[in-house]
Amino acid sequence: MSQKVLLSSKEINIILHRLACQLLENHLDFKNTVLIGIQPRGIFLASRLAKILKEDYGVKNIDLGFLDITFYRDDFRRGDKTLEANKTKIDFLVEDKKVVFVDDVLYTGRSIRAALTAIQSFGRPLEIELLTLIDRRFSRHLPIQPNYRGRQVDAINGEKVKVMWKENDGEDVIYLVKT
Amino acid sequence: MSVKHLLGIKYLKESDIQLIFETADHFKEVINRSIKKVPSLRDITIANIFFENSTRTRLSFELAEKRLSADVVNFSAAQSSVKKGETLIDTVNNILSMKVDMVVMRHPNPGAGIFLSKHVKASIVNAGDGAHEHPTQALLDSYSIREKLGDVAGKNVVIVGDILHSRVALSNIFALQLQGANVKVCGPKTLIPKHIESLGVAVETNLRKALNWCDVANMLRIQNERLDISYFPTTREYTQQFGVSKALLNGLDKEIVIMHPGPINRGVEITSDVADSKQSIILNQVENGVAIRMAVIYLLASKIK
Repeated sequence: MSQKVLLSSKEINIILHRLACQLLENHLDFKNTVLIGIQPRGIFLASRLAKILKEDYGVKNIDLGFLDITFYRDDFRRGDKTLEANKTKIDFLVEDKKVVFVDDVLYTGRSIRAALTAIQSFGRPLEIELLTLIDRRFSRHLPIQPNYRGRQVDAINGEKVKVMWKENDGEDVIYLVKT
Repeated sequence: MSVKHLLGIKYLKESDIQLIFETADHFKEVINRSIKKVPSLRDITIANIFFENSTRTRLSFELAEKRLSADVVNFSAAQSSVKKGETLIDTVNNILSMKVDMVVMRHPNPGAGIFLSKHVKASIVNAGDGAHEHPTQALLDSYSIREKLGDVAGKNVVIVGDILHSRVALSNIFALQLQGANVKVCGPKTLIPKHIESLGVAVETNLRKALNWCDVANMLRIQNERLDISYFPTTREYTQQFGVSKALLNGLDKEIVIMHPGPINRGVEITSDVADSKQSIILNQVENGVAIRMAVIYLLASKIK
């Protein structure tokens, strides 16, 4: 197994600020927009973006939620491991809101498919957008594309993109791992 | 989960119980949404086979299954060919030929689920087998204690009433001990099984002493339908000695938690003001029952290939 650094902490920081600005451009004061981090790994990115928007760009209030998609996945009973759930925390209704899904890596698109079903349990959103830090091109199983993209990566199937966060893994860094 | 069937708490590991509880936490969040349903089990069919009466358990299982999007068929012995002389294995195999993946069964004979699991292909969930085990009840009881007191380990729990005929008592003893709680039983000597101390359970015949010792009292119903002989002189005398009233609770040094698996005989094992008091978590138990059964079914179904 070998790994190389895809993005360093400095590069990630620049990208996060760019993504925050792009969100700002489309949603201005975030009055009718909610950020939904997809469990388990999208919550770090969503929290970080919310923090940047508040602290660096003066957005007063952002509704931030975490959505677990385990029970909506399409691979139940198909693997060897039981799918274990994470916490869903959405303290607001998404009815008639603009929803932005936030996830670290977009790969097959199946997680986002599940998230699209899962969010319906919380109301009928006005529209849904997708923000992803890493977009793995050439590996999509479904017709799903991001609205906001941090970096596009051409990784083959045997490779894995590993996103690490300071608050969870000690440092901000993204690796491309060859197995 | 380390098991394919849920036949009794006896066959579970402590880690299984923790996994069930963590999964139930998520399902509890799901059933408190306005849309209480997830699509996980949409390609699973479950048969609820009840050879003995039940309202709460059966309803709870059925709701749990439906909220997981499973297809559900119900069957009760009163309207079945069992009355015409069909054997248990034949009955179940006939149901399974209609492509059923999981069987939830209640049966009056102890060990019926274990017997069935050896002879049929489907996953079996024991919903009560005679006076043997009622695992999902014990799981939801422990889950409710964990929710109310933060933890089960180290807590003192007394089970009061008809221990002899109670599957709830046995499953609770196994579950509580597995999680590190201390268990006592309390009731008339005639309704306490001989040698129960060999399970590591202390026996107390004085209710006030037992209540003063415990953090949680789980009050069982007198199962009149299972009492073949007279185990105590009169119901009134039973209530005087083993019934919990508000006055009795007020006289204790601390506030204890009152549980009851239902159905309650108000005025016999507990008075109405106790059942409806803040100390009682009886209705929380019922709510948690659905989340626990969703967790059990979800985890077992994930093993069906």
